[in-house]
Amino acid sequence: MAVWRMLTFSLVAALVIGAAAAPGVLAVQPDEVLSDAALEKRARGLSAGLRCLVCQNQSIDDSDAPLAKDLRVLVRERLVAGDSDAQVIDYVVQRYGDFVLLKPPVNSHTLLLWIAPLLVLAAAVLIVWRGLRTQPAAPATATVPLSDKEQAELDRLLKSRTDEAAG
Amino acid sequence: MIAEIGHFALILALAVALAQMTVPMWGAHVRDVRLMAIGDSAAVVQFLLLIVSFLALSHAFVTSDFSVLNVASNSHSEKPLIYRISGTWGNHEGSMLLWVLILGLFGAAVAVFGRHLPATLRANVLGVQASIAVAFLLFMLFTSNPFERVDPAPFEGRGLNPILQDPALAFHPPFLYAGYVGFSMAFSFAVAAPIERRIDAAWASWVRPWTLAAWMCLTLGIAMGSWWAYYELGWGGWWFWDPVENASFMPWLAGTALLHSALVMEKREALKVWTILLAILTFSLSLMGTFLVRSGVLTSVHAFAVDPDRGIVILTIMMFFTGGGLALFAWRAGALRQGGIFAPISREGSLVLNNVLLSVACATVLVGTLYPLALEGITGEKISVGPPFFNMTFIPLMLPLLFAMPFGPLLAWKRGDVRAVAQRLGFVAGLAVLFTVIVAVMSGPGPWLAPICVALGLFVLLGAITDLFTRARFGDVSSDEFRRRIVSLPRSAYGTALAHAGIGIMVLGIVGTSAYQTEKIVALKPGEKAEVAGYELLFKGIQPTKGPNYSEQIATFEVARNGAPVTTLLPSKRLYNAPPQPTTEAGIYAAWTGDLYIALGDEQPSGAVAMRLYFHPFVRLIWLGSVIMFIGGMISLSDRRLRVGAPQRARARASAVPAE
Repeated sequence: MAVWRMLTFSLVAALVIGAAAAPGVLAVQPDEVLSDAALEKRARGLSAGLRCLVCQNQSIDDSDAPLAKDLRVLVRERLVAGDSDAQVIDYVVQRYGDFVLLKPPVNSHTLLLWIAPLLVLAAAVLIVWRGLRTQPAAPATATVPLSDKEQAELDRLLKSRTDEAAG
Repeated sequence: MIAEIGHFALILALAVALAQMTVPMWGAHVRDVRLMAIGDSAAVVQFLLLIVSFLALSHAFVTSDFSVLNVASNSHSEKPLIYRISGTWGNHEGSMLLWVLILGLFGAAVAVFGRHLPATLRANVLGVQASIAVAFLLFMLFTSNPFERVDPAPFEGRGLNPILQDPALAFHPPFLYAGYVGFSMAFSFAVAAPIERRIDAAWASWVRPWTLAAWMCLTLGIAMGSWWAYYELGWGGWWFWDPVENASFMPWLAGTALLHSALVMEKREALKVWTILLAILTFSLSLMGTFLVRSGVLTSVHAFAVDPDRGIVILTIMMFFTGGGLALFAWRAGALRQGGIFAPISREGSLVLNNVLLSVACATVLVGTLYPLALEGITGEKISVGPPFFNMTFIPLMLPLLFAMPFGPLLAWKRGDVRAVAQRLGFVAGLAVLFTVIVAVMSGPGPWLAPICVALGLFVLLGAITDLFTRARFGDVSSDEFRRRIVSLPRSAYGTALAHAGIGIMVLGIVGTSAYQTEKIVALKPGEKAEVAGYELLFKGIQPTKGPNYSEQIATFEVARNGAPVTTLLPSKRLYNAPPQPTTEAGIYAAWTGDLYIALGDEQPSGAVAMRLYFHPFVRLIWLGSVIMFIGGMISLSDRRLRVGAPQRARARASAVPAE
């Protein structure tokens, strides 16, 4: 019984993942391309920052899913209608939410995300700075003076060396 | 029958691993040599049993034994032999078996090649290795048994996802796992050392070769995945900041940092606490990579296992080893004496900078990867963190790292003279800038960052050569003497220079293809022409044909440049029989200056065929750089072979080389 459940499960999984993994053969279709090169360039730039909502981590520019195509066409329609880039993004976000943005907006929920790299960097710099500052001033070995016995031994050795050299 | 042998061998391997986990550690505790020696034989036996188990599963895949559930769900009798073999690890259960097999390999390697290690340390290391094996073997036997039978056996299997039926992807997992699992060695040493109370330069010299081997494999594994994405996914992208890619990239960043900090620890006995911590964290990130991919918590191309129970078990394993390692670390870290001191401007200082930037970059990738999961878990709000975020945060951290890279190896230990080094590098820096200006003028307008990155890439590449020249005292000695010196430099010097040069080459490839690629989207009818980046392409038409387990539509393009024929490209679209799924095979012509790349689309109502034509300048340098890094690692490792086998002799040799 469990075996069959697993089989069915893996079949479903294979289909789901298969669909998601279908390569983006041709995301932007030739008939979508705007005749105005400057507008088309803006459209491509905007598309690269918008997520295909039914795909795994693909932008609408890279995806060949039908929904991605609809969004690409929508972006181009807004641009042709004279919207600025920001207006197009606002329009899409209003309809689909922040999830559609591959670059998350800065708000109370994403502030930590955006400042995390700076916080970690600051912490790392602080740790290194403290580590360098608390280093002992000079190698420990240089500060330990020889004991009298060691000094005597050293003198003896040096003396015997000199004697040898002389003899 | 053979499947049962495999299953039984797996259970025996668990039993042996349990013995290996307990007996040698107890032996080390009570200083009993015979008990400790059991660890060596156990490690070898465990590895042999895992080989038996793995071969049994491979046999089931190669002979298409569909009475084994795993084979029935993931293989197909029509599949070519190579993909029946690689199919062994092209699924959840099989890939976990590969994981423990490689773990066993590393354990056995310690037992066989680690004779010079102190007996107690070796016993403890093998014990810790075995505890990881126990966790994963239990996980496999209870939730992911690759040998489960199915009755009645189906007549035919379900087939392997066609986009995975590809040579680069067939060998991507073994290298990736060798990297992940290889970092377990650093972890085991890091956990065993505090038990042993032995954390010194010798510890670092034992850990470094293993870490280097793991790092090399991970480098190549990631490069293979990226190469596959480039030609198989159909639009010439090579890195997507996909969570699954990030999962393998984080251990790479941490492992790279570990390689450098262990160097400081080995040569100067400094950064001990940090190196131990990094060793634990690197393997934890590897476990997390396994968790993220295997649990299906991120649904993406690679996550073919979508079973939450398994995810929870791997999460538990990950938390146990990370938590346990960190607890032990916290308990003993205070007892560590700080080692050699150094000025901020010194070889050590540059390696600290390397570690700061790599760790912060790794933390950034970690936050960006996990933040959407955490936010959705806490507030239910869904956000996307995509390439724009990572490019904005990761690149600014890498630019100073690239700039500092040529300086590091040229600075002296303890106290370096940055002005003298800058003078040595002045020539190549000037060369890099000059060349960049030429590129910027010739290529016309592009992103402002691109020429800076070109300069940095060249600076790193030429800086690596400068390092070798300086070591051989170029300019200070006669040319004969220089020639004699440059060939007798230690291999590790060549290894470092090659690895750094590889990074420089890779940066050039990344900039070339990211900033200067050309793209055309067209619909052509047979007999029509298109032009991209100076190449004229004549579309001849489409022919249907049949492969071993797919049907294919092959398009023919005559490629010419300035009227002279260059090549014929045959991009195609395939439809696999089982599972029925389309793939594209891009037509790629590799010229010296870049790749001409054709991806086919659908036929239009008008009879024309939609297609994307690209020119990716210097894109191949990305993978060439990775291979050079791998070779650099190999050369460095061959230098240390002496040290692994006979530390005393190598030590004497090392001190004979004058300090640079």
